[in-house]
Amino acid sequence: MAFPETRRSVVLAVRSADPEERARALDGLVEAYWRPVYRHIRTRWREDEEDARDLAQGFFAAALEKGWLVRFDPERGKFRTYLLTCLDGHVAKERRAARRLKRGGDATFVPLEQPDEDGETRELPLRAGTDLEAEFQREWARSLFSLAVESLRARCAGTGKAVAFALFERYDIDGAEASDRPSYAQLGAEHGLPVTQVTNHLHWARRELRAAVLGKLREITASEEEYRSEARALLGVEAP
Amino acid sequence: MKELGDQALDHLREVAQEPDLSGTRYELGEEVARGGMGVVYSARDRELERVVALKVVAAEIADPETVARLRREARIIAHLEHPGIVPVHDVGALPDGRVFYAMKLVTGKRLDAQAREVPTLGERLRLFLRICEPVAFAHAHGVIHRDLKPQNVMVGPFGEVLVMDWGVAKHREEPPASRSGAPPTPRPASDHDTAHGTVLGTPAYMAPEQARGEVDRVDARADVYSLGAILLFLLTGQTPGRTKASPEEPTRTWAGPARPPAALPSRRLAPGLPRALEAICGKALAPDPDGRYATVDDLAADVGRFLEGERVSAYPENAWRKARRFAGRHRTAIALVVAYLVMRIVLLVVARV
Repeated sequence: MAFPETRRSVVLAVRSADPEERARALDGLVEAYWRPVYRHIRTRWREDEEDARDLAQGFFAAALEKGWLVRFDPERGKFRTYLLTCLDGHVAKERRAARRLKRGGDATFVPLEQPDEDGETRELPLRAGTDLEAEFQREWARSLFSLAVESLRARCAGTGKAVAFALFERYDIDGAEASDRPSYAQLGAEHGLPVTQVTNHLHWARRELRAAVLGKLREITASEEEYRSEARALLGVEAP
Repeated sequence: MKELGDQALDHLREVAQEPDLSGTRYELGEEVARGGMGVVYSARDRELERVVALKVVAAEIADPETVARLRREARIIAHLEHPGIVPVHDVGALPDGRVFYAMKLVTGKRLDAQAREVPTLGERLRLFLRICEPVAFAHAHGVIHRDLKPQNVMVGPFGEVLVMDWGVAKHREEPPASRSGAPPTPRPASDHDTAHGTVLGTPAYMAPEQARGEVDRVDARADVYSLGAILLFLLTGQTPGRTKASPEEPTRTWAGPARPPAALPSRRLAPGLPRALEAICGKALAPDPDGRYATVDDLAADVGRFLEGERVSAYPENAWRKARRFAGRHRTAIALVVAYLVMRIVLLVVARV
């Protein structure tokens, strides 16, 4: 059986009047976006691991406290893009505040920005050819698929489908990273299964993975249009 | 939570796109093609033990118009039984909700790739006539293709021609104001196009009235325009409106009154092209539908006349051109007469001496 198709959008649920629902929704958003946000701070803003973690945490807290998440208007674009804009604004502001503090505290100051000819400061130049939005999208896809895999793992654990997940993990996850991916026949021999059953198990797991990814995507998008657009970018062909 | 590596992520994205064929009569093969409307896979039909092509659209994530278009395309093709149109075997929904139709798996090359391998003018024109046949057949059954271009024509290993991609075709009984009557959205250029910088995502093969979205005016003559553009491509390697093969230059459709044959860009691009053929292209590509051939049969007949060395309707001849054509057509007979006359003159001169 596939995962349920319709799930409550956490993007919309963060506006709930119910504090518990709001907190659950924020947990859902943090779960999906933590890694992309953290990685973006590391690559775009060149922060070290610890500062990037602090900034990511501070960002989600500020997003809820300052009402950024509530103010998101699904009519005006994708939530992912909106979040990225808020994130960059937040980090820029935090860095300005940190600079002021350091100046005032007479501490040794290592400039994070380089002075322009006119004395203004700017951010460090990015690596040539780096498409930050594409990188953010890739991390977002990684996060989504990782969550879907974990969801599938949890669903299969202790059930008759545990072997299906074991085959899936061995062939489609570990096998993809390894130089010598096992054949279906080898997997069958390892698990005492005929090749046709290995094929069926893998097809089942892939179908469930797709359903899990789409279910998670449904949660973190705010409208049907955004959901379909993101799903096409993630799993299908772009609209003609 | 276990973090996925780059390769695992790419692989999972790939396998998650594969259609789920469990419980169906099909066994998934390779991805054959990917386009704006869906993905085409090869698949083995276990029931009939043959390989087919499955065109699949992810209905759960595609926009409803795309799904409707796929179903409409399958229905239209199913009603057009012609050797130049790929037969549809089956249509339906897969267990994961995606919709598909099964059709004959076509082997061969797309016309844009094949055209370079057709060496002579005569062969290119005969190939063009084979493209006209299924289109004329569809018109006779009330169907306008509306997206004819070299990328949608397949040429088989024995020179057989198949007109593909009827996804934006329109049946004359469909109400013009319906959504299905909307003009096709210009599609991104394929890899081939981009590589050669000739199409670059512009509606180069689309009739002007269709490109302007004048749905009520789009009829069979829109396909005549597209066929004219295909003919021009076959003859010159260019699309209408292009005078330079520069990727930066925007492609445009011809505008304004129909141009005289001598003003066609193809004349400059292919100096050896006969003027009568330019005139045929010019008439097929007239901006105003009333200036074009009324039917595909008329266009094909003119091309056929050119091949036979006869006078083409699109090209008014003066006496000199008429004589040249006559001479070209009866070259052997004229050569014999001239040789005979020369011989008589020589004999006459010799006799007098």
